[in-house]
Amino acid sequence: MRNLTPVAGALLLVCWGWPDTGQAAPDDVTALRTELEALKADYSARVQALEARIRELESNVAARNAPAAAASAASLTAPAAAPAAPYAAAPARSSNLTAFNPAVSVILTGNYASLTQDPATYRIAGFIPPPTGEGPGDRSFNLDESELTFTSNVDPYFFANLTAAIQGDNSIDIEEAYFKTLALGHGLTLKGGRFFSATGYLNEIHSHNWDFADQPLVYQAFFGGAQLGQDGAQLRWLAPSEYFLELGAEAGSGRTFPGTQRNANSLASDALFAHLGGDIGDSTSWRTGVSWLRARSTARAYQDVDQFGTPVTNAFTGTSRTWVVDGTLKWAPHGDPTYHQFKLQGEWMHRTEDGQLSFDLTGRNLVGGYGSSQSGWYMQAIYEFIQRWRAGVRYDSMSSGTPGIGLVGSGALPLTAFPTLASASPERTTLMIDWSLSEFSRFRAQYALDDARASARDRQFLLQYILAIGAHGAHKF
Amino acid sequence: MPRHLRFLSLVLPVLCAGVPAAQAALKVLATTPDWGSLVTELGGDKVNVYTATSPFQDVHRVDAKPSLVARARSADLVVATGADLEIGWMPVLLQDSGNSRIQPGAPGYFEAAPLVPLLEVPSAVDRSMGDIHPLGNPHVTLDAHNIAIIAKALSARLALVDPANAAYYAARGEDFQKRWQQATLKWEAEAAPLRGLPVVVIHRDQAYLCHWLAIRELASIEPKPGVPPSAGYLAELVTKLTATPPKMILRNAYNDPRAAEWLAERIHVPVVLLPYTVGGTPEAKDLFGLFDDTLKRLLAANQ
Repeated sequence: MRNLTPVAGALLLVCWGWPDTGQAAPDDVTALRTELEALKADYSARVQALEARIRELESNVAARNAPAAAASAASLTAPAAAPAAPYAAAPARSSNLTAFNPAVSVILTGNYASLTQDPATYRIAGFIPPPTGEGPGDRSFNLDESELTFTSNVDPYFFANLTAAIQGDNSIDIEEAYFKTLALGHGLTLKGGRFFSATGYLNEIHSHNWDFADQPLVYQAFFGGAQLGQDGAQLRWLAPSEYFLELGAEAGSGRTFPGTQRNANSLASDALFAHLGGDIGDSTSWRTGVSWLRARSTARAYQDVDQFGTPVTNAFTGTSRTWVVDGTLKWAPHGDPTYHQFKLQGEWMHRTEDGQLSFDLTGRNLVGGYGSSQSGWYMQAIYEFIQRWRAGVRYDSMSSGTPGIGLVGSGALPLTAFPTLASASPERTTLMIDWSLSEFSRFRAQYALDDARASARDRQFLLQYILAIGAHGAHKF
Repeated sequence: MPRHLRFLSLVLPVLCAGVPAAQAALKVLATTPDWGSLVTELGGDKVNVYTATSPFQDVHRVDAKPSLVARARSADLVVATGADLEIGWMPVLLQDSGNSRIQPGAPGYFEAAPLVPLLEVPSAVDRSMGDIHPLGNPHVTLDAHNIAIIAKALSARLALVDPANAAYYAARGEDFQKRWQQATLKWEAEAAPLRGLPVVVIHRDQAYLCHWLAIRELASIEPKPGVPPSAGYLAELVTKLTATPPKMILRNAYNDPRAAEWLAERIHVPVVLLPYTVGGTPEAKDLFGLFDDTLKRLLAANQ
């Protein structure tokens, strides 16, 4: 509960609308109240008068417009050419029951993968692996996620979004299910439910809008392939300035890697972020940000082998703290991306983990301290060289450092009992080309030289399709 | 204890309290240069207009970029085209703005297209028909009668969101209507020779101009809205247009000139560059200039 106090305090303040006359004398309050009542009456009178005037204007417009249209039709005798498509008058409105249906969109994705290494052995060397999500996925043809999104305003105060991903293995993930306030004002937006954390740049972007078929290595290693999701609340504040400055905080249950679901009432995943952005001339826009995430985990298990090659289950219990610095720059001639666009994007992350490492949970069950300081970054550039065609290159680099393992320090076990944690510098280079016949269909070919494993290089070739049907998607920056 | 959270809970209220009250000019975010120009005409020095797009941008393809979110944050009034033209970015902008005054339904959100009779309202929609707009063609500005209707409603809206200056907006609105009516009569008289003029367009964004002046659109270079022409389709166009030649091909400032020029060479007609929006040509400095220059260029090519 102690952890909740500042957040609750901030929320309360927000909801109360910053009462800056909190210490005023009772007389002042009465005076203010009277003034407010007078102001209210005045405004409602004005609004009524204006509404009447608008009605009058509208009827005038309609009246004046009818003869004008008739006159111009009469004076310009030749009729306009009939349009090519089968256009007609506005269709008669049908049932009102469907009028408030949420906007529905469906994204279909799938791929063909050719990999020189067995994807079951994929591992980013030197890093405690997440439960799932590392690596390029299975070989041959794969149905990727089919994403279903429903969005709508709930009422004048809230917007709601549900994004469910039906996976190729027939399971369903609720990726996002959140509400967002529309009426707080003062640049404040409160989000609650399940949502992608605003930590970093790429984390909030759904996979079908990525510029490569897979995530950067640093995201896979630090956030576990699936995006960093929060079950919790997020508060953002946008500064009232001409440039873009946004500050935000999140508190969540720590459901996803690097946190774990814990049997505790306290919050297990806190994040703070700041974003700054703007334009340089007509053609260039940019955004940069700094984020900090702290996640707690209890018995975050992973599979390894011991010094004799026997499979063991180890587990980490403790705290991860991750810093992210991100930057994105987009250039297009006069800001129009129809024919050419260039996009440069990079993120650097640094993570420290402190806690306990359990060795061979189901057998010897030895426990000792654990501390690591690890980092990774990626940089990618995408260029639309002719209309509908884009090419891109990405470079990933990771540095595991040498973790401090208590059981090794005390001499209880040799370092070779933790082969996954042996110091490594995984890297990967990826080339991409994609072709978008319209805003709603995209086909991509991708080739990667992946040195994430300490042992062998994986040459990965991927073909991917992404199709969007239903409501028009958002052009997020 | 999360020190960072505690710090934030102390700092956020202070930052929020520092929000300056918008006592000065009314802050207006206009999606296109046309609406920016119209707001300036109607609001004079009582408004501070920021235009989200340039004349050389396809308004549909804009990102909800940080600078626009920042402008939406402080806007007292958003003036948009509507009819789904800004569908890719306006909803994101409104949601991310943290600004309750400009949400749809609030007085601070104004859409122009729904006020005028829309052309080309499809009887059925399907994405196989290209970037089709279910509500009708949203490129409404190039019919002078539409501007008059939209200006009236916009004057009333300015008065509603800024009641202190209602009389000022009413006076400017009346003055604008007077000048616009005179100009419209002049343009319609000048445009008489353009009646029935056969033209080829690129995208269907000249529909209102053609409808207004009774210009005949023989064909469009895009086979379907938003779909670039294939070589086969262009060859078909050459055959078709050699049989029934247009007088000219119309191109907007933001269009890629190549397809139009390729076609022009083969069917031996000129490509006429039109400003399409305020700022599209150096002469189209404001809405009056936009219409003056559009007509001047059409008439010159029709000589």
